[in-house]
Amino acid sequence: MSAKEKTEKTETRPKSEKNRSQAFWQSLLVPLLAVFTGLVIGGIVIAATDKGVAAAFVNFSANPLGIFPAIWKAVITAYGALFYGSLGSPRELIEGFRVYQTSGDKALLLKAIYPFTESLVTATPYIFAGLAVAVGFRCGLFNIGAEGQFFMGALGSAFVGYSLIGLPWFIHLPLAILGGAVAGALWGAIPGYLKAKFGAHEVVNTIMMNWIAFRLSDWLLTGPMKASGFRPVTPNIQPAAELPRFFPDPLRFNWGFVLALVVAWLVYWFLFKTTLGFEIRAVGANPDGAKYAGMSVTRNFVLVMTLSGALAGLAGASQVLGVDHWVGQGFSAGYGFDSIALALLGKSHPVGVVLAALLFGVLRSGATRMQSLAGIPIDIISIIQGLVIIFVAAPAIIRWIYRIRVSEQETILTRGWGK
Amino acid sequence: MPPVLQLKGITKAFPGVVANDHVDLELQEGEIHCLLGENGAGKTTLMNILYGLYKPDAGEIYVRGQKAEIQDPNDAIQRGIGMVHQHFMLVPVMTVTENVMLGVEEKRNGVFLDRAKVAARIREISQDYGLEVDPDAYIKDLPVGIQQRVEIIKVLYRQADILILDEPTAVLTPQEVEGLFKILRSLVARGKSLIFITHKLKEVMALADRITVLRLGRTVGTVTPGEVTPERLASMMVGRDVNLTVSKKPPQAGDVALEVKDLYVEDERHQLAVRGLSLEVRAGEVLGIAGVQGNGQTQLVYALTGLMPALSGEIRILGQPVKHATPRRILERGVGHVPEDRQRHGLILSFPIHDNLMLCTYYQPPFARGINLQERVIVENAERLVKQFDVRTPNVFVPASSLSGGNQQKVIVAREFSRPIKLLIASQPTRGLDVGSIEYIHSRIIEKRDEGTAVLLVSSELDEILALSDRIAVMYRGQIVDIVPAAQASKEYLGLLMAGIPPAEAAKSAAPIAGGEVERVF
Repeated sequence: MSAKEKTEKTETRPKSEKNRSQAFWQSLLVPLLAVFTGLVIGGIVIAATDKGVAAAFVNFSANPLGIFPAIWKAVITAYGALFYGSLGSPRELIEGFRVYQTSGDKALLLKAIYPFTESLVTATPYIFAGLAVAVGFRCGLFNIGAEGQFFMGALGSAFVGYSLIGLPWFIHLPLAILGGAVAGALWGAIPGYLKAKFGAHEVVNTIMMNWIAFRLSDWLLTGPMKASGFRPVTPNIQPAAELPRFFPDPLRFNWGFVLALVVAWLVYWFLFKTTLGFEIRAVGANPDGAKYAGMSVTRNFVLVMTLSGALAGLAGASQVLGVDHWVGQGFSAGYGFDSIALALLGKSHPVGVVLAALLFGVLRSGATRMQSLAGIPIDIISIIQGLVIIFVAAPAIIRWIYRIRVSEQETILTRGWGK
Repeated sequence: MPPVLQLKGITKAFPGVVANDHVDLELQEGEIHCLLGENGAGKTTLMNILYGLYKPDAGEIYVRGQKAEIQDPNDAIQRGIGMVHQHFMLVPVMTVTENVMLGVEEKRNGVFLDRAKVAARIREISQDYGLEVDPDAYIKDLPVGIQQRVEIIKVLYRQADILILDEPTAVLTPQEVEGLFKILRSLVARGKSLIFITHKLKEVMALADRITVLRLGRTVGTVTPGEVTPERLASMMVGRDVNLTVSKKPPQAGDVALEVKDLYVEDERHQLAVRGLSLEVRAGEVLGIAGVQGNGQTQLVYALTGLMPALSGEIRILGQPVKHATPRRILERGVGHVPEDRQRHGLILSFPIHDNLMLCTYYQPPFARGINLQERVIVENAERLVKQFDVRTPNVFVPASSLSGGNQQKVIVAREFSRPIKLLIASQPTRGLDVGSIEYIHSRIIEKRDEGTAVLLVSSELDEILALSDRIAVMYRGQIVDIVPAAQASKEYLGLLMAGIPPAEAAKSAAPIAGGEVERVF
């Protein structure tokens, strides 16, 4: 390489990197504003349904200014409880840390970090399932079957977890994780294969596979996989198959979260740094162009649905092996469906999915506390989640509210030839 | 007398682009006024404003001296303005009469369609203007040239006297173009006024009374054909001097690179599109396939590049049979493909330019080591090609969608030409491009030929075929009807073949070989 070329390169590189980081922040802007707007509107809903605010309205003629403190109090109480419930109280944290330092007693500190670790526990399956849907989106596939794949993954890992006895943990745990991934992968691969071979639409097929998974699990839990006793649940998994926890009970925070972050990084690497990921993204962005470039569109459909199913299966596995240690009916609580929203909010990017999963984890686990402390029904969280998704799915609304001008796609950077 | 139509200071901006910037245009009664400009110069935007599809940000429109604010196409029609679109707006399964009355139905007793009355009126219009057409024919049975007449009749039926024709010759054979010009002249002879939109210089010189040139949304000037040369018009369009002739050495034909024997291919609707086609392309020569769009050229190229399976027949590339080969195997045989539809096949629009510049070789070293993409190599490759092929872009990280059509095409050309290819299949390589890009891509194709690459050029622009080819094959209804050496081929003869006249008959009315030196201006 000549010296001249070298100097030119050093000139161009920083400029293009600046462009890239600018684009990165721009892509974060809409989701962040969507979350903020969702919380604001959620606040309005809270205020509108609050008894104190209603009472202030009754007294409106006597004390017209009284409604503002009432609204303020309602919203602050609700969101305060939400965030104390999910992140913990700073005061308790400091106090717990002080006691630990002076006396070595961990009890208070563990109690203080409990809410936050619970948020991370809730976020763990969200990360896996969000990645599953995101990988599908990247290939232009809409995997609505994450819920079914989650179930199959949970059952698969539970089966490996309780049926094998006497294995050391470093064999049993990986096997159990693998069991979940394989079961989920199978459940994803079937609609993938049907799409590639017969052109059957994956949305229809994954929905159908969900129903098959639900009823199959009903049967398994009441029959072949049922533990002795009356309840339709599986036996507890062997301790050797459990994802180890970091702290003593009742803290359920476990290695599943770390595994989720590692897998998120792997997915990122796979999608953006490998030839296989390049193919997947090319097929998703333009199947005709991908075919022209010599890629097999159908092979990628099968590959991606398998991968997506495996990730959703891992979500189920992480919940069984790390948190519950057994599977019962209605086990999922909608992780698979929420994950569609997550992938949208995270713009189908692994980093975005992790951030979105953390947000959902915080909202979901704080909601329980909010209900008990402030008497606000958990459903308000569903409303906020719904609003956030609407704003992310229709970014024009956010751009209009905040007067954000021109999206990247509309800007034409070069035109014509001359000059 | 005031002009029949006057546009003053029309300005229209879209996000990021000013499409029209204080454009002025004046149309006199009974004139053919050509609106000339490159793609993206703002011609179509201007006409859409005139037709009420867009609202201008500034400027005024006067129709017959009266200020007019045109609300929508109906309003435009009320004022006597009619538009013949580039893409026909006809219903194929309906008759000519039904298509003409669509939207302005004549009724008997308030309920029943009065087809007879409309048909009679169509016959009247046909006779008046020399627009021969059978009112009872179904659109799907009519050739493109006749369908265009129906579009014109539609406009005349609605009593328009200002007609806008948007690139009307794009889909016609040379003879059909001549026929259209005759019709247009008879229209103005009867007092109609025409705006004729085009980017083809020859048509402008042959047809226009006056010419207004647009560049980058601005009026460059209004001239008459008498005062300008095609070169002058081209430089007005582009803003710099342009070389309109392709200069090339005589071909050094080598071994057969592509051999096709008795090939049959179906289109997406399982209709036979290529029927028993045979041809040969040798290293170092350009074989041009001339023909009106839709005669099986697309399917031929799809079959040759593996995008669509062939029904039967033989395809050999460098001696190897590749009839059932995947696109990848064909690529790896050393075939470069500039696809007809660059946005559908040629590019992944949402991907950055650097990824598009290695789209077909991403899995090979040096772009990949194992499954690991070598980002640094990819970016360096892109920066080199962007410079070498003069792609106008701020950097290689922007998505391909942000480039203009000409620059998108240059990305494809850069990618395909920078691989070591033995056979180049170029389909409509300059469609919709501006003069500057056309000039550039033509010279690159000739350069490849001179390096010893076999080139199969498919184009519906006869001028392009004539300018680049060494031999010309005319394709009609899925077959090659004749192959002639390009150096002296007569345009008239080729035109007749393109229109489906058998060679023996065509040779009677036009000599296959033109006498003397043939002008090869594109």
